Amino acid sequence: MTTIVVFVEHHSGQPVRASLECVGAARSAGGSVVAVVTGAGAENAAAALGKHGAGKVVCFGGAAQHSPDALARDCASVVKELGAKAFLAAATATGKDVAPRVAAVLDVTILSDITALASTGGGLAATRAWLGGKAIATLGSSGDVLVATTRPNVFAAQDTGGSAEVVKKNASTDGKAVVTAVEAKKAGKLDVKEAPVVVAGGRGLKAPENFALLEDLAAAFGNAATGASRAVVDAGWRPHGEQVGQTGKTVAPQLYVAVGISGAIQHLAGMRTSKVIVAINKDAEAPIFKVADYGIVGDALEVLPALTKAVKELKAHR
Amino acid sequence: MKIAACIKRVPTTDAQVKVGADGKSLDSAGFQYMASFYDEIAVEEAIRTKEKLGGDVTVITIGPADASKEVREFMARGADSGCVLKDDAWHARDARSTAKALAGKLAKLGAEVVFFGKLATDRDNAAVGPMVATYLGWACVTDVIALDVQAGRGTAKRETEQGVETVSFTLPAVITTSKGLNEPRRPNLKGIMAVKAKPIPEETFENVPNQAVVHKVELPAPRKAGRIVGEGAAAVPALLQALRSEAGVL
Ligand SMILES: Cc1cc2nc3c(=O)[nH]c(=O)nc-3n(C[C@H](O)[C@H](O)[C@H](O)COP(=O)(O)OP(=O)(O)OC[C@H]3O[C@@H](n4cnc5c(N)ncnc54)[C@H](O)[C@@H]3O)c2cc1C
Ligand SMILES: Nc1ncnc2c1ncn2[C@@H]1O[C@H](COP(=O)(O)O)[C@@H](O)[C@H]1O
Repeated sequence: MTTIVVFVEHHSGQPVRASLECVGAARSAGGSVVAVVTGAGAENAAAALGKHGAGKVVCFGGAAQHSPDALARDCASVVKELGAKAFLAAATATGKDVAPRVAAVLDVTILSDITALASTGGGLAATRAWLGGKAIATLGSSGDVLVATTRPNVFAAQDTGGSAEVVKKNASTDGKAVVTAVEAKKAGKLDVKEAPVVVAGGRGLKAPENFALLEDLAAAFGNAATGASRAVVDAGWRPHGEQVGQTGKTVAPQLYVAVGISGAIQHLAGMRTSKVIVAINKDAEAPIFKVADYGIVGDALEVLPALTKAVKELKAHR
Repeated sequence: MKIAACIKRVPTTDAQVKVGADGKSLDSAGFQYMASFYDEIAVEEAIRTKEKLGGDVTVITIGPADASKEVREFMARGADSGCVLKDDAWHARDARSTAKALAGKLAKLGAEVVFFGKLATDRDNAAVGPMVATYLGWACVTDVIALDVQAGRGTAKRETEQGVETVSFTLPAVITTSKGLNEPRRPNLKGIMAVKAKPIPEETFENVPNQAVVHKVELPAPRKAGRIVGEGAAAVPALLQALRSEAGVL
């Protein structure tokens, strides 16, 4: 079996979902998975990783601060040592920061933000979007190692019920860039890239204070993040981190609810691969309805409270 | 301080996409081009860094001869010089090959801080900046929303799923720019006139073959036609019913 090394992010030993999906992607492509973890509590991730299909977990300990360049060298050394055929990381902020450096240390190219990975006769082939999803390309690499990042919410995390062997190593500490502080987000607030449900608002919400209605809906779902169109981010109504679209974040949640968003091509580029799309817009001709699975024509300020109430009731009865 | 910014010519966001005759490329007939969105933020930050610390800004692109148009536009905003590493197949060049070519040029230039977009809006690789830094053995901070460069070192902030990281780094360094870092200025008439006749040399570079091999390119399957479940708040029960029993997402 080919060995695939996967960089796994975790919170105090709890692997993030996007990383478990990445392990799932490696397994479904026929790889035997070696996970690399680092930072405080890394060893605690081993049990969860074994359960999701990693055969081995390499823990890099001893570094007081996170350095992406030092970590990349450590990841590349595991790839070389094991003769791995692929290196994967989730396409999160950290994964996208580390994976290209791993590729360069190994002197191979990278395929970013892939949405499928399969083993073919001639090696691994990956699928990914070009031009914000207007075209889909299937590619391979002639390099010795296929380095790729996997788009969150696309691959399935697998529960294999296995366990992993743990190997401890010392992390490199000579990084040229070092994270000296992390100002944590409000507890419990999901990022728009990670959340299984995204409720996004646009100019149709009329005023920044009306986004409280959207926050209420997100809270009712429980597993939702709030997103925004560029128009409202540019207007200063919402933070940059919430922008969905070609010049914002690309998301692929189970459910995307677009509220008061017209559906400009640049917005669609960031959300058109969502599994189910709901649009709420007062204009029945709005382009967002062309990609929506379900639509409500109506005033967002009237529909949102009703929807929030109904979702709350539904969740309470389960 | 020697400062540089790398920019890429990409199809405009309204480009109509057709698959090329070989089934492995895009048919670029009818494409119009522009500098990638984040590259505007990169050049702006380069100019601000010069305004703060002194020095000069070089704008570099790998692209066709015609890409001197975008380079000149950024010179009109305040960059001092620019060059085109001439390559008619720039759009198909993979991240490694692009990074190697740029690393070679930046080493020759002796740049101390180089700005990249966090990603180019054609292939969305988000890779060239950190790869260049790794090849050069430099520091790199990606996806930067706030920056403070000083002599020999700097600090930057970047946003992750967990919150905001503060990163301290040494020079030389590569910075990749995110939305929110700055508001790019527009060129004014004086700037446009001043750079009208400035030379933008075409240069050659070490052309490393691609490793990425395209097997096929397709258009995405169109989404299944959806339906309007109703009007106003009265439609909410019908929507939830559909999400539960048809879509199975609740
Ligand atoms: C290079 C470039 C990059 C871009 N990148 C992005 C990007 O990443 N993300 C992005 O989102 N955009 C992006 N844009 C901008 C994009 O083209 C649109 O301008 C933007 O998405 C519009 O935002 P909006 O839908 O909120 O606003 P509008 O287009 O103004 O739409 C508002 C909608 O709300 C509806 N509405 C009004 N009142 C109500 C009400 N009371 N109840 C319900 N509905 C109501 C209207 O019918 C309308 O459909 C980009 C543009 C360019 C040129
Ligand atoms: N052909 C190119 N010429 C100059 N800079 C480039 C080129 N391709 C990519 N870059 C730079 O690398 C950044 C990230 O591109 P990418 O990794 O392709 O998403 C871009 O925003 C540019 O700053």
